[in-house]
Formats: sequence, C-alpha cells, structure tokens
Amino acid sequence: MAELRTPLSRAKGLGSARSGSGHFIAQRVSAVALMLLIPVFVWMIARLPDMSYETARAAIGSPLGALVLLLTLTAAFYHMRLGLQVVIEDYISEPFTRAGLLIANTLLVAGLWLVALFSILVIAA
Amino acid sequence: MVQLTLPKNSKVAKGKTWPKPEGSDPKALRTFRIYRYDPDTGENPRWDTYYVDTSKCGPMILDALFFIKNEIDSTLAFRRSCREGICGSCSMNIGGRNTIACTKGIDEHKGAISIAPLPHQPVIKDLVSDLTHFFAQLNSIQPWLQTETPTPQGEWRQSPEDRQQLDGLYECILCACCSTGCPSYWWNSEKFLGPAALLQAYRWIADSRDEATGERLDALEDPFKLYRCHTIMNCANVCPKGLNPAKAIAHIKELMVERQT
Repeated sequence: MAELRTPLSRAKGLGSARSGSGHFIAQRVSAVALMLLIPVFVWMIARLPDMSYETARAAIGSPLGALVLLLTLTAAFYHMRLGLQVVIEDYISEPFTRAGLLIANTLLVAGLWLVALFSILVIAA
Repeated sequence: MVQLTLPKNSKVAKGKTWPKPEGSDPKALRTFRIYRYDPDTGENPRWDTYYVDTSKCGPMILDALFFIKNEIDSTLAFRRSCREGICGSCSMNIGGRNTIACTKGIDEHKGAISIAPLPHQPVIKDLVSDLTHFFAQLNSIQPWLQTETPTPQGEWRQSPEDRQQLDGLYECILCACCSTGCPSYWWNSEKFLGPAALLQAYRWIADSRDEATGERLDALEDPFKLYRCHTIMNCANVCPKGLNPAKAIAHIKELMVERQT
C-alpha cells in the first residue's frame, strides 16, 4: 500500500547524493575550453582539403597541430559524455534502460576518444 | 522513455456545450472551454463549452468561473480564496499558460478561452489538481528560520541591506504555476524539487539570520534535487507574481561552486 507512505517520506526519497556540483563545474569548464579550441580546430581542419596527403599528415603530426587536435577532441568527448548523461537522466525513467544507457554512454565515448587519440598519435609518431 | 501522450483513461474527450445564458447581449458573451473530470463517474475527462455574459460578471477569469458555477453549472470545481493574487489557490492553466485566475483579465485573451488544471499533476476534480507532493517537497527544504544561537530577548536583527536580499523571494505565494510549468519537473518530479521549492530554499539560504546555510546546501547538493534545472526559464515566464525562480536557482548553484573553490 504505497498510499500509507507519508508525502514527506516520498518527497525526501533517498536524500541528497552529496554530489552534482562537480559535474556542473566540469560541464562548464569543458564548454569554455571548447569555445577557445573549436575556432582553431575548425580553421585547421578547413585548411586540410587544399593540402596534399603528405602535407596534411605533417600538419596533423606537427607538435602544435597534434596538440590542438588532442585537446579539442578530449574536451569534446568529455563534454559529450557529461551532456548525454544529463539527457539520459532527463528522459529515460525506466531504471534498467537508464543504467544501461548511462554505462553505454561512458563506454562508447571513452572508446571513441581512445580511437581518436590513437589515430592522432600514430600520425604524429 | 518520457511519456509524451496521455494514458488511455486521461485522453480528453469533446464534452457538452452548455446553453447560452438567457436574455444576454450576444456582444457581451465570451466562450470558455473548460476541462471537466469527475473521478466518481469513471469517465474520461472532457472539454465543456460555456458562454459567459461578461456584462454580468467581474473582469477577471475567476469572475467568469464564478459566473459559470453560480449561473450555469454548479458542479464545476475549482479552488479559490482571496481573489486578489495573494493566496495562490486559483492557479490553473488559462489559454495554455499557467497563471492565477484572479489576477488574469478576461480581456487579456482573444477568442475562446481554454481553462485546464495545472499540467502534469494528478487531477482530483475538474480544475482542482493534487498538490500533495508539491507541498511535501516544500516541507522537505525546511522553510523556516533555523538557528543555534539562543533566541534573543527581542527579535532576530537584520540590516536593511540583508533584508533586501529577500526581495524577489519572499513574495512567492506557492501557487505552483512555475513548478508545474517546468518540463524538467514534468519528467523528474519524484526527485527534482522544482522551481518553487528551490526558490523557497534560496529564500532561507539568503536569509542573513539563518544559521543552517551549510546544511541547506548539503541537502540540495544532488544531481536531481537541484541540478535538474536546465534554465529553461518557463518558471520565470509564467510566475504571476513576476518572480524569477531560475535566478534563485542560479544563485544556489553559484554558492555550491563558491564553497568548493
């Protein structure tokens, strides 16, 4: 009989998780990082089609080029992981689906991030 | 997934059209489409149409509701008390926006005026929604002065500047227009406290006399209770008192960051 539970007990639920601010700060810090990095990243990528294969590889593999790509993609995937987590928590209420998607989100983004890092490092090496 | 359509037993049917009041000037008649639901009949809710003679009632939507209840259909249920925008009882969805019926003028709307109960709350009858959980959430943030210092002989003193910090917060009448207008509250009201309760929480956090600020912040430090607010701003948009709960929530988030850095 769920009705026997007091409204206050239901409202208090499991209480405070004592976390959340870290996520909030990380989301904003990564957003600021992306605002600075994305213009440089776009400028760099936009120049690539005009280059020969070798010059393009050299641009990506140069210390500055590799650094911009590594920083941008790291910030972007981190930001994406945090953002998608919020979207899933907002819209998916079924507990198992929610947990599954949250795990998938972390693993998928971590995988994509590692593939991107590996690719850049291979070119830069 | 989020439920975007109404369950079968909540689908709103086309209701009946009530006769126009006798001997009324057709120019003074305004059309009202009102959500009707009676749990005793077991029937689905419906939209009933009423014609209100505005020459025989006051200027506000609440006056029109009184006209309907007194002159046309006494079975219509709605909450009301002060009829001057201070009790928050007559909150409902008028013309697609949450507001309080007593301070909303009939002439502020063109054409047929639709009136429904507050969105996404259980309906008790017609325009009366069940706000038990909403008020329990308010209760959970402990909306009263908390101190450890022994109570002084006189009153707890506060400078005019500190008192000013409560402006834009203390005026809240708890009508629930903001919380029930917030999509984040629709999707996660079990855990998200909603704009009204959070504005009240900040009202006590911002109070210079209160000595439980840290405990209050501790209680809100939660991905759902506080951080489900995504600054959608519906709360500030609909508040019939012109308050800005989103800003109060932003202040709470500021303090959360401040105490970590």
